[in-house]
Amino acid sequence: MDQLFVVLKSSVVQLAGRWLPEGALPFVSMGLTIAAIAAAAPVIMMYLTWLERKIIARMQNRLGPNRVGLYGLAQPLADGLKMLIKEDIVPEGADRLVHSLAPVVAVVPALLVFAVLPFGRNMIAADLNVGLLYFLAVSSISSYAIFMGGWASRNKFSLLGAMRGVAQIISYEVPSVLSVVVVIMVAGTLSMGGIVEAQASRWFVFTPWGFVAALIFFLSGVAEVNRTPFDMPEAESEIVAGFHTEYSGMKFALWYMAEFLEAFAISAFTVTLFLGGWQGPAIPLWWVLFGSVCLVATARTIPSVLRVLGVVACVGSGVVAYLANEAVPSWAWFLAKTYGLVFVLVWFRGTLPRLRVDQLMGLAWKFFLPLTLINIASAALWVAMPGPSGGVLAGALLILSGWWLIRLNNPAPLQPRTYLFVE
Amino acid sequence: MTEPLLDTQLLEVNLGPQHPSTHGVFRMQALLDGETIVKLKPVMGYLHRNHEQLGEGMTYIASFPFTDRLDYFCAMTNNLGLALAIEQLAGGIEVPERAQYIRVIMSELTRLVNHTAVIGFLLNDMGAFGTPLLYAFREREKILDLFEMASGSRMMCNYIRPGGVREDVPEGFLERASRIVAEYPRFLDEFEALLTQNEIIRQRAQHVGVLSKELAINASITGPMLRASGVDYDIRKVDGYGIYPRFAFRIPLGTVGDVYDRYYVRILEMRESVAILQQALKEIPPGPSISPKGLQLVKSPRTFRPPKGAEAYGRIESPKGELGFFLASDGSPQPYRYHVRAPSFINLTVLEDLCLGHKVADVIIILGSIDIVMGEVDR
Repeated sequence: MDQLFVVLKSSVVQLAGRWLPEGALPFVSMGLTIAAIAAAAPVIMMYLTWLERKIIARMQNRLGPNRVGLYGLAQPLADGLKMLIKEDIVPEGADRLVHSLAPVVAVVPALLVFAVLPFGRNMIAADLNVGLLYFLAVSSISSYAIFMGGWASRNKFSLLGAMRGVAQIISYEVPSVLSVVVVIMVAGTLSMGGIVEAQASRWFVFTPWGFVAALIFFLSGVAEVNRTPFDMPEAESEIVAGFHTEYSGMKFALWYMAEFLEAFAISAFTVTLFLGGWQGPAIPLWWVLFGSVCLVATARTIPSVLRVLGVVACVGSGVVAYLANEAVPSWAWFLAKTYGLVFVLVWFRGTLPRLRVDQLMGLAWKFFLPLTLINIASAALWVAMPGPSGGVLAGALLILSGWWLIRLNNPAPLQPRTYLFVE
Repeated sequence: MTEPLLDTQLLEVNLGPQHPSTHGVFRMQALLDGETIVKLKPVMGYLHRNHEQLGEGMTYIASFPFTDRLDYFCAMTNNLGLALAIEQLAGGIEVPERAQYIRVIMSELTRLVNHTAVIGFLLNDMGAFGTPLLYAFREREKILDLFEMASGSRMMCNYIRPGGVREDVPEGFLERASRIVAEYPRFLDEFEALLTQNEIIRQRAQHVGVLSKELAINASITGPMLRASGVDYDIRKVDGYGIYPRFAFRIPLGTVGDVYDRYYVRILEMRESVAILQQALKEIPPGPSISPKGLQLVKSPRTFRPPKGAEAYGRIESPKGELGFFLASDGSPQPYRYHVRAPSFINLTVLEDLCLGHKVADVIIILGSIDIVMGEVDR
């Protein structure tokens, strides 16, 4: 099971080898990987929208999409179709070329980062030896896209949104990159596969410096992909839709796709860099499958026919997994962790209001940036002094400096208000 | 001061009339320096529908359904304001005890509806993706169901009449209302747990849009907005109209007068409204729901001809502030002059003073905290 996709791919390549010359096979292999990523990305994006709408609806005492297909599962398809046949409007006086180019510039890097993402053991499209650097470089192209879109729309709201977006992405790029430095220091490699291997004994998030870096990396990532509470560039209540105000139809869908893919990528990279990537405790697969029998059997909202089918499928595959002595596959661990973080993103969106522009910048420059620098020192301590004393020192340094930074940035902490009552 | 190296320009942005957060068709012409507001001009009138002129062309009673559409969140209190003015114009129509209690119950339920919804909208303006708003609407729905029970309509109630109310409340209304009122503090606790101590909300709302006591008084601001600035003025206490003096309730006052105080004063006011409702629902006596004189006036509106030159001004503490109805008679069945003192409109006049020097994002929440309904602003 673990190597299911790898085996599948190599068998297809072997099959192709019967007809194709030897030299063409690497290209077939590459093409297969690219095709898989290019096909998976829109599906990931479509069902992220569905997932987000469902989860937020739950948080808000609503049902969410439930008209199109079972549980509204076909809703993303319907939405995609709608986007496809909608009129494509370019505002008068807009820069047509740049206006049309911007969403493409946004989507392409969002797809490109998946190349260095280890989805599972041996499941990485290109294990570059500079994978991390590649990710950081490619993902920051989105600021160009946002500014292009906002500038070319010839709309003041778009322009405001674009300026906010660029300022925000550039600001958060700094703590984001600096928080990753500690990973490189300890893992000693820039290759994503190597970083995951380095976490075999301990996930980085379970060290003091790793915890702080994971927090800062994830939150900076949230800011870079413009999601609540950092969704200033498209703050709906303030500047309508920000940089994509003037987009409609498929171009709008592309913006949306870029945004959701980036959100997924941020979760996936946080998992890879700090949460052990595709590694997980070796739990036998049949435990999970038999556990899901209980879940499926008791889910009252599922029609009974499907419930019976689901139970049969779970029991059947559970028995097979038991006989084959399979563990939970690595890609399942990876996806479970990633979707856990995606849930956190959605949870933020359902709970938190938005920060203000200046507060957002303050958070990046006055709090995250100094903390990441101290974090690097803390990781250096950890590396230089192996053993418990180094850990205690590193942790104490971080806690003290964090406390100090909070004091420094909040000279007058917000006091509880007093309210008078008169008869 | 040195010459700036770069030429910068001020950006003029039209927020509205089509904008997600202007609470209707309201336009703010804002001059921005980057994100900071340099100048802001409110433009009203997109929803003008001639309410006052229409009222002058029909009998006094016929205006009631139109008052529902002034502040469409608070139909009940709008009705009450006009009813008070007509009662005064008629030289005092007595109101039966039961009707008095029903009026208080309806007014305070309206206050709950309005304040709950306003806080929900304010949070939406602050960027919370609908969650507080939908929590608020869940509670609002329950009270709107009560209104539907009593008046047949959820929002356009058209229920209170001079001399009483249109009909008595149906069977089961009081029990249901008691149940909802008893559950309300729990909802408020839940709401506050989500919002009041939230770090982001405090960062966003505290010391933003501060309205000083002096400016508030000079600009004749009323309602929760005035009380958030620390001025003790509530018409329920000052005028003691209806049977309000019988109830024990307190007036919460803010200290700073910023958006946060306006938010929290509303929460506290809701808690006081719950106290009033509990007393009223316990003490409500049986009896007729409209006095004979009132009934006669409603049944044959054209016979109501106040003497020439008679004037009346009925005012109430509506959820948004002082809602006043001015009526002047020329001896005919129609009013000679019919004027509405709309709290939304007058509270909106200080918008520029509150916004100057703040960011675009703050303008939106300041506007949200003023609590306007365009139906009332433009009439």
